[in-house]
Parts: sequence; structure tokens; C-alpha cells
Amino acid sequence: MTGVSGFHEDEVLGKAYDARLLGRLLHYLKPYRAAVVLGVVLLLTSTFLTLSIPYLVKEAIDTGIARGDAGRLRLLMGWVVIVLLTDFGVRYAQTYLVQWMGQQAVFDLRQEVFAHLQKLSLSFYDKNPVGRLLTRVTSDVSVLGELFSSGVVAIFGDLFTLVGIVVYMLYLDVKLSLITFIVLPLLIYATMIFRKKARESYRQVRRGIARINAYLSEHIGGMTVVKLFGQEARSQVRFEGLSAELRDAHLKSVLYHAVFFPVVEILGAVSLALIIWYGGAGVLAGVLTFGTIAAFVQYVDRFYQPIRDLAEKYNVLQSAMASSERIFKLLDTRPEFESPANAGKVENVKGEIRFENVWFAYRPEEWVLKDVSFTIKPGEKVAIVGATGAGKTSLVGLLTRFYGYQKGSIYVDGVELKQMDVQALRRHIGLVLQDVFLFSGDISYNIRLGSDSISDERMKEAARRVNLEPFIQRLPGRYRAVVEERGATFSVGQKQLLSFARALAFDPKILILDEATSSVDTETELLIRDALEKLMAGRTAIVIAHRLSTVEKSDRILVLHKGEVREAGTHAELLAKKGIYHRLYLLQYKNVLPSAKIPAA
Amino acid sequence: MDGFARLKEYLSKHRKTLFAGFLAVLLTNFFTLLPPWFVKLAVDKIEAGTTARQLLVYGFWIVFTTLVQGYFRYRMRQTLIVASRRVEYELRSDYFAKLVRLPKSFYNHFKTGEIISRANADLEAVRNMIGPGIMQAANTILALMGSFAFMLALNPKLSLLTLVPIPFLSVAVFHLGRSIHRKFTRIQEQYALLSSKVQENLSGVRVVRAYVQEENEIHSFEKISRELVGRTLSLVKAQALFYPVLYFLAGASLLLVVWVGGREVMAGEMTLGGLLAFLLYLLNLTWPAIALGWVVGLYQQGKASLARLEEVFSAEEEPVGSAGTVQPESRQGEIEFRDLSFGYGADNHLVLKNINLTIPAGQTVALVGRTGAGKSTLVSLIPKLFPVKEDRLFVDGTDVTHHPTGLLRRQIGFVPQEPFLFSATIAENLAFGLVSVDTEKVARFSRLAGLENDVTDFPSGYQTVVGERGITLSGGQKQRATLARALATDPKILILDDAFSSVDTDTEEKILSGLRQLWKGRTVILISHRVSTVKDADLIAVLEAGEIVERGTHAELLARGGYYAELYEKQLLEEELERI
Ligand SMILES: Nc1ncnc2c1ncn2[C@@H]1O[C@H](COP(=O)(O)OP(=O)(O)O)[C@@H](O)[C@H]1O
Ligand SMILES: Nc1ncnc2c1ncn2[C@@H]1O[C@H](COP(=O)(O)OP(=O)(O)O)[C@@H](O)[C@H]1O
Ligand SMILES: [Mg+2]
Repeated sequence: MTGVSGFHEDEVLGKAYDARLLGRLLHYLKPYRAAVVLGVVLLLTSTFLTLSIPYLVKEAIDTGIARGDAGRLRLLMGWVVIVLLTDFGVRYAQTYLVQWMGQQAVFDLRQEVFAHLQKLSLSFYDKNPVGRLLTRVTSDVSVLGELFSSGVVAIFGDLFTLVGIVVYMLYLDVKLSLITFIVLPLLIYATMIFRKKARESYRQVRRGIARINAYLSEHIGGMTVVKLFGQEARSQVRFEGLSAELRDAHLKSVLYHAVFFPVVEILGAVSLALIIWYGGAGVLAGVLTFGTIAAFVQYVDRFYQPIRDLAEKYNVLQSAMASSERIFKLLDTRPEFESPANAGKVENVKGEIRFENVWFAYRPEEWVLKDVSFTIKPGEKVAIVGATGAGKTSLVGLLTRFYGYQKGSIYVDGVELKQMDVQALRRHIGLVLQDVFLFSGDISYNIRLGSDSISDERMKEAARRVNLEPFIQRLPGRYRAVVEERGATFSVGQKQLLSFARALAFDPKILILDEATSSVDTETELLIRDALEKLMAGRTAIVIAHRLSTVEKSDRILVLHKGEVREAGTHAELLAKKGIYHRLYLLQYKNVLPSAKIPAA
Repeated sequence: MDGFARLKEYLSKHRKTLFAGFLAVLLTNFFTLLPPWFVKLAVDKIEAGTTARQLLVYGFWIVFTTLVQGYFRYRMRQTLIVASRRVEYELRSDYFAKLVRLPKSFYNHFKTGEIISRANADLEAVRNMIGPGIMQAANTILALMGSFAFMLALNPKLSLLTLVPIPFLSVAVFHLGRSIHRKFTRIQEQYALLSSKVQENLSGVRVVRAYVQEENEIHSFEKISRELVGRTLSLVKAQALFYPVLYFLAGASLLLVVWVGGREVMAGEMTLGGLLAFLLYLLNLTWPAIALGWVVGLYQQGKASLARLEEVFSAEEEPVGSAGTVQPESRQGEIEFRDLSFGYGADNHLVLKNINLTIPAGQTVALVGRTGAGKSTLVSLIPKLFPVKEDRLFVDGTDVTHHPTGLLRRQIGFVPQEPFLFSATIAENLAFGLVSVDTEKVARFSRLAGLENDVTDFPSGYQTVVGERGITLSGGQKQRATLARALATDPKILILDDAFSSVDTDTEEKILSGLRQLWKGRTVILISHRVSTVKDADLIAVLEAGEIVERGTHAELLARGGYYAELYEKQLLEEELERI
């Protein structure tokens, strides 16, 4: 496989997003307003306390040491002890509070993203690799967590510290302060450049991670195929390519940091030099005290500390911005269609299904279903046959509202699907999908999923019906037996039966079987068929199958060909018609039956 | 191997860079120490009376030494942090290389989300340990030593006083460190669980929707997510203690110095400038000391994550077989099972029992039997997807355990029962086993597999990108794509595990008639439930509960009147029989 195909290209994000991002992020802190305020107050207190130490030291030098007043020195040192102890408590409370708040916000956001994913259309899932979406819920949200917990409040804190220092310095000596701040414009300019560069590299980092996860997720799933085809080396090379892209994005951001931090240091040194030069001259001229210089020297150091810190935080902020772009983009994706607000209650479904001139395409103008019309009466058992790719699964996908249709109408019990609440509709449908999916957990979980309403008895009954009981009896722990991810330790037929049992346990009004027994042996299949006949008496069933032995007993058979319903009728009627069905029938049996037994064409 | 031993190997590949990095750290710290010294000189000079010009010179030296320091600070990141990113890259690449070599059984127990989470969150924690962690540790140690040396030179007594908090510090570091390790491990475990949950939820989206399980899923996700918050906060509780403790101890040193130093100044044993410089050095010490807390955190978290990565790195690999024991000429495709029994787990349950089966090169053998009888298991042993004991399974007369695994697999074309395609173009998928995408070959085998008409119906043809696992194709299209993919590698042995289950009879018939030409001279193993598919095989074997209970040709088995004959009967339309 050359190149990485479009499917893996993460969405390119526009600039328009930028401005609103921060506001939107802060929105998640709203429920914790009180905590934010308290956190900032505690931080302010702690900042004030920390800052008062140099002041106390200055006082100690000027009024204690310089004047040889030991009593005053002791007093001031006593204050230092009090300040230190208070600071200890305040700092601890502040750190915990802020982290607590950050974690809550992360929790809320993660919950929102996950819940949102439960609403998005299947067409969205067709286009987005699982690994990419996984990255959104896990690592992208975690990055924001860092912003919420170590970022927001700390940024406020650093700003307050800066303001505090500036105020103290101005209070001590206005002129000297102004001289010290001469370098500020340069600092701001450097920061702006850094911001721009860093942001871009973080975007690349986030994209790189999403792509790596998508690749990992897919290749872990397809590891057997990789092995069978001896493609270990090649998939390794491609992975290294993705990994190298991520590395290079990281290296870029490392470079920006490597340059930015020394620049801050140097600007700090310039300030210090200015203090020595200008302040020293002041002392010489007798207008400044030593204590003031001592304080200034300390404050400049403490002034640059939060700036270095802010640069670090900036890091977090930029990284968070890059993540939040992606998360919000996801949250802003609307489902293809939503249930109408005033959707009528769907109770006591009889199971009448009507398709009226339905047209459907996954991609614009590529019609998969063309003008499909048919009616299934309540309680009728209808089979759909047709070549692969004819559109059988798609048809079922419309009925379950996995996908929206473009033209025509579908009615269940006379109500248009578009007017129905999707979930309410699905509750009445039992669907056995062509691609079986089992969850890791145990057998019982896989039959009843999260529904507590399904009793043990009903669950066992369902398993018995599909002839799965003997198998389950053999498993250690029976219904509690472990099911690995995707049911890795079961045979495909067993998995099919298990998902069949699931559909039966839900006791649906409408049962849809999409090649539900394709990997099951004929004997079991026939057993199930007979059991089903009793079980589904009075209920509507749609059965898709290729083995005609499965479908021949249906009340009616629809023949789907290239997206159109070409024939409809009972087995006998269709045979008599000598159309597509008849040909399928012959093919399936001409090889098997002795020639004499082939019905005359 | 211990995690740190492995990490050392990676680091030693970058030892030159790391060495340059440590040098940069050393010089950075040395030059960081100079400006305060100039401050001291300047202040002393001011006390003694000097000119503003003279002070300007000191100012110049302050800036100049910082410039030099800045350069080394730049080098420090460009070496140590860059090296850590490179090591991260190498670790990640090797992690994947390891995944590729791990046996199938590994994946039964390690969930996808878990594996991904280790490649992300845990690798990141390890990276933080070796990048910022090492850099900060070196910085801290040097800054502490350097400042301390200067302080010693200034005033030995005061210097020793600043050491008073150190014993307290060690105790705090030791205890908190241990609890950070434990708590962080628990966080990573929970995080991996969360990843797995999401991974499964997203993969199973159709089932979740069809059975209206959204609310339940959200609910169970919430529980996991809550627990993660709880565990994180438990770590926070421990870690949040670090900084106040360090601040406090740093403050305590300051207090001692001012107090005792102040008395000395008053007693005339020390200059005011000296005390001032001393205080500056002490301030220089504060940040490294506080950074120490951070380093300890990084180290403990990195260590915890390293252990989790090591679990994967040290997992037992798939045997590769001995190299070069099989001559290419002798590859005919003969397969022989000799009294083979096989069970998956440790529970002694045998899935296959005493299988004796010889498939001469070029023959077609069909396997039929009930669901779970062991058919897929039997064929999956041939490409060594699961390990077999010695002297039980032979390909071309050589025990498969001696076959080089890669070579063996390359002569087998395998169509697994569950079709899996990659999210790439159809052409790329079909050419998966080929060196490059050969459009002509792709089209030819696509035709043979009966896929051509479907593909040409797509507007982008072979360039159509399919979704993950081939989700945007119909079941039968996927199956035929996997068939074409297997055929394209020109295998000596072709294994079709129920490869037509989602294909209609019409299409199947067309494919089979095309294939019969192709599989002349190839060994073919067919698994199917359809009599029409298997009836022309040279040999049909019926598997029941892991044993071969019947074998023979179609006619022989019908005459025997066993399982196969019954199957045949059942597949005839009852109604049809009535009519005749
Ligand atoms: N999710 C999808 N996105 C785009 N195309 C699809 C998707 N699913 C199926 N198709 C295409 O729609 C056509 C009908 O597929 P399907 O309904 O699965 O066929 P059947 O079930 O009859 O075998 C096929 O050509 C297939 O490639
Ligand atoms: N990876 C595995 N680990 C443990 N048990 C397995 C695994 N794969 C299959 N089995 C069990 O082995 C038995 C035979 O499975 P399989 O060979 O897939 O049957 P089939 O004849 O339907 O192809 C089944 O009972 C199945 O549950
Ligand atoms: Mg289908």
C-alpha cells in the first residue's frame, strides 16, 4: 500500500475557530465558578505571602541588620515564620482545589464528547476511523485537563504575581521600576512570535497522535491479516513513517522552546544590569537605599520566574487550543438527522412495514436503492434475496434508521419513519447484523446487553432457541464465561448464534435477520428456522439469506437486483415466473440434484 | 529484561548527544552562577564608592554571561529534549515491531484500547522521565552543587545552615515517591480501561444503536470516567503536598540565613554585599529544590509506565521457525496432519483430536461439519497462527515448527472466515500481499474473484477508499475482495474458510468455475456449509467435535449415508422432492 489514503487525513481546521475557542473552553469551568474564584483568592493569598518574604527580608536588612537592631531582626524573622506556615496551608488547599476543579471539568467534557458520539450518524462513523475518535475522547480531552487544572488558575496566578511585583516595585521606586521595564516590549514581541510557531507545531502533534492511534487501532484489528500475508515489515515501515512525522512535529516545538527560554533569560539579565547601573548610581547619589536595590534584584528574579512559567503555561495553552479545536469540531458535527421533537409514541407496534418509492444513496447520486416499494403485512415473514451488493443490507439500514433516505417514504404501522423517535422505533426491532459484533464481558452481557428487564430465564430460552445451549454448557462458568474483545475465542458460527440469541432475548415485534446464519451449519440452521416459526408467530420478520433452503418457507420473497425490487411472490409463484429467482434456484440445485430431478425449466 | 535495562539500551544509542547535553547543562549552570557574582562585586563597589561607568561595565558582564548561558541553555534543550523525542520515536516504532511479532493469543487478552493506551499515555510518561526529567535532574543537581560551592566560598557557616532542611526533604521525597508510583499505576490502568471502553463502543456502534444501548453505554462510561477522576485526585492529594513542603523548606533556609547572617553582619563578620549575594544564591537554590519535587514525580510516573510498557516488550513472541531449512524447489504444497491434537487454553479442552489427514500437493480437500467443530482451528494451524507441537503437522514433508514462519505463510493464500480489509483503496487492499500495486494483476484477480463488476460500478473504481474493516462494502464484496487478495499472491496452498458464506449462489458458481482453472497445481482447502461448493473436491472430510468422522468423495460419502448424506438431503428443497 503506497501513501496514506484520504481516509486517514485528519480534518484541516480553519482559522475561524480560533477566537471563540478560549471562551468556549472557559464555559466548562462555569459550574465550578466558586472553585475558580476560591482558587484565585487562595493563589492571590499565597502570592502575596510569598512576595512579602523579600519585603520582610529587605526590612530586616534596612531596619534590623544595617542598624544593628537584633530585636527588630528577631521580630521580622518571626513574621517570616508565620508567613511560611500560612503559605504552606494555603498552597496545599489551592493546589488540590484547582486540580479537583480541573478533573471535574475534564470529566464533564469527556462525558459530553462520549455522549455526543452516541448520537452521531453511522455515515459519520463510515468516514472516521475509530482510533481518531478514540483520541478525541482520551488524549485530546486529557490535554485540556492540563489546561483546566494546571493552566487557567495558574495563569491567573502568574498574572497576579506579575501585577503584584510591578505594584511593589512601583511602590518602592517609580523611576527604577520604569527603567527595569524598558525591556517589556521586546518580551511581548518575542512571545507573540513564539505563540504563532508553537501553535502550528502543536496542531501537527495532535494530528500525528490521532493518525498513529487510527493506524494502531486498525492494525491491531487486522494483525492476523498482516501476519498471513507476511506484511509485518511493510506495515512496520508505514508505522515508522507516521511515528517520524509525530517526532518531527515535536522536534519543531522543542526548537521553539529552546530559543524562547534563553531569550527570556537574556531580557531578564538586561533588567538586572539596568538596576545595577541605574540603581547603583542612585545609591551613590544617595537617593536610593541598599535595601531597595536588594529588593529590586529579588523582584526582578521573581518577575521573570512567572514569565518563564507563563511560557511553560503557554505551552499547555497552545497544546490545549490545538486539542480543543478538534474536540469542538467533533461536538459541532450534527447527526445527519434527529428525531423530531414532537415524535409520537410508538407503542404496541403491529409490525406493518411499507416502502414507497424509496431512493437511497450513500454518496450523492450513487443510487444504491432505486424506487423501492413494497408492503409487509403485520406478522408476515418476508425474505429478501439477491446478489451481493444488491442493496439488501442497505434496505435494512434504512428501516432501522441507521441511514437517512433521500426520496420516498417508509412507514411502520402507517407512521412515516421521519416522524418517529428513532430510539423508540429501534426498541421494537430485533436486528441480527451481517457483521457480528460481540463486546468483551461475558456471555450473559452479550445476550442482554445493558437491559435489566431481560430475565435469566428469557436469556437462557433465547440461547436454547438458537441451539447455543450445548456450547454454553461446555464453557467454564457457563453464562458467566468470559467473552474476549470481539468474541475472539469463539468460532464465527458461535458468534452468529450468540448475536441471534441477543435479538430473540429482546423479544422484538419486528425481527430482521441479515444473513444471520450464513456461517452456521445447515442442521443448526434448520433447527433454528423451526424454532423461530413458533417463536415469531404473529410477528413480522425480514430474512436475508443466500441459502434458499432458509428462505423457501417464507410467506413472500422479494428479489432485489441492483437496488430494485424485481420480483415478489411466494416460492412457488417465483419459480413459475422463471425469472431471476428461478435461475438462482436452479444454480443452487443443479449441481446437487441428480439431473433427473431438476425441475423442467 | 527489566524496564530500565531496556531504556538504557535506547539511551546509550544517543550517548554522544546526551553527553553534549550534560556538558550544556554544566555550562548553563556555571554561567548562571556568574551574574550574581557580578552583582556582589557591584554592590561591594557601591559601598566603597565608585562611578556609574564602572557599574555599567558590571552590567555589561551580567548581560554577556547570560548571553553565553542562554546559548548553552538552548543547546541543553536541543540535545537532551531532542534525544528524548528520538528515543520516544524509537520506542514507539519498536513497540509496533513487537506487536507485529506477538502471537495471536496475545491479542485475546490484551484489548486494543489497552495496547493503544500504552503506546500513548505510558510512552508519554516514559518520555517525560527521560526528557524533561533527566534535564531537570541534571539541572537541579548542578545548580544545587554550584550555588552551594559559591555559598561555601562566601560563608561556610551560613552554607551549612541551609542544609538543615535536607533530611526532612529526603524523608518526604521517599514517602511521596512511593505513593506516587502506586497511584500513578492505578491511574494508567484506569485510563487504559477507559480507552478500551471507548474503542469497543465505537467499534460496536451498530449494535449499540440497534439495541438502543446508548444510555447504558453512557452510564457505564461515566462510571469508568468517574473512577479515573477519583484515582487522579488521589494522586493529586499526594503530589499536592510536595510543593508546599518544598516551599516551606526553602523558606526555612532563607529564614535561617537572614537571621544568622544578619547577626554576623551586625557583628561585622560579613559585609552587607556578601549577605546579599548569599541570598541571591539561596534564591537560585529555591527553584531547583522545588523542581526536585517535579523530578521525583516524573521519575515515579515514568517508572510506573515503563513497567507497563515492559509487559508488552517482554511478552513471548511468535516462534519464527528455523531459517532456511526448506528448499524453495521442494515447495509443492503437500500437507500432512499426523495424529494431531490441539487445544487453545490451559483448560485441557481439546478442540482437535487425533487428526490424521494427508493432502497430496495439487489436491482439493473440503472440510464440512457443525459450527464449532474445529474446522477453522484446523486450517489456522497450517500457517502457524497458533503453535503446534513438533512432529504433528508437516508441509512438504517438513515439520511446520521448523519452517521459517514468514516463508511458510507466503506460500499460503488464506481467506479468513471473517473478512478484514484495511481503510485504503480497493486496489491497495487487493495488492496487500504484493510488493507494489500492480493494476493489471489487481484487475485480473478481481475478475477471478467475481469482484470486477462491482468495482467498475463504483465511480472511483479501484481507487475507491473503503472504510475501516471494509465497512463501506457489502458483506459479499468484502469476502470477494479478501479472496482476490489471497489469489494475487500466487500461493501454492489456498485456504478458503467459508469464503462464500455471504456470496449468493449465482456469483459463487461463477467464481468457482473460474477458480477451478486457477487451482490446477495448487493445494486447496475449502470449508463450506454448502454441498454445492464442496461436492467436486477430491476428498471431503467431515469434522465432528474435533475429530474426522467421515472422509471420501461426494459419491462415497453419499453412499455411506452419514452426516454428509444427511446434509445433502437437508439442502434439497423438501417441497421439490415432493413435486418430483
Ligand atoms: N456504508 C457504506 N458507504 C458507502 N457505500 C456502501 C456502504 N455500505 C454499502 N455500500 C455499497 O452499497 C451497495 C449495496 O450494499 P449492501 O446493501 O451491503 O448489499 P447486500 O447486502 O445486498 O449485499 C454496495 O455496492 C456497497 O459497496
Ligand atoms: N482463539 C480461541 N481461543 C479459545 N477457543 C477458541 C478459539 N478459537 C476457537 N475456539 C473454540 O474452538 C472451537 C472450534 O472453533 P472453530 O475451529 O472456529 O470452529 P468451526 O468449525 O466453526 O470453524 C469452538 O468451540 C471455539 O469456541
Ligand atoms: Mg449484506
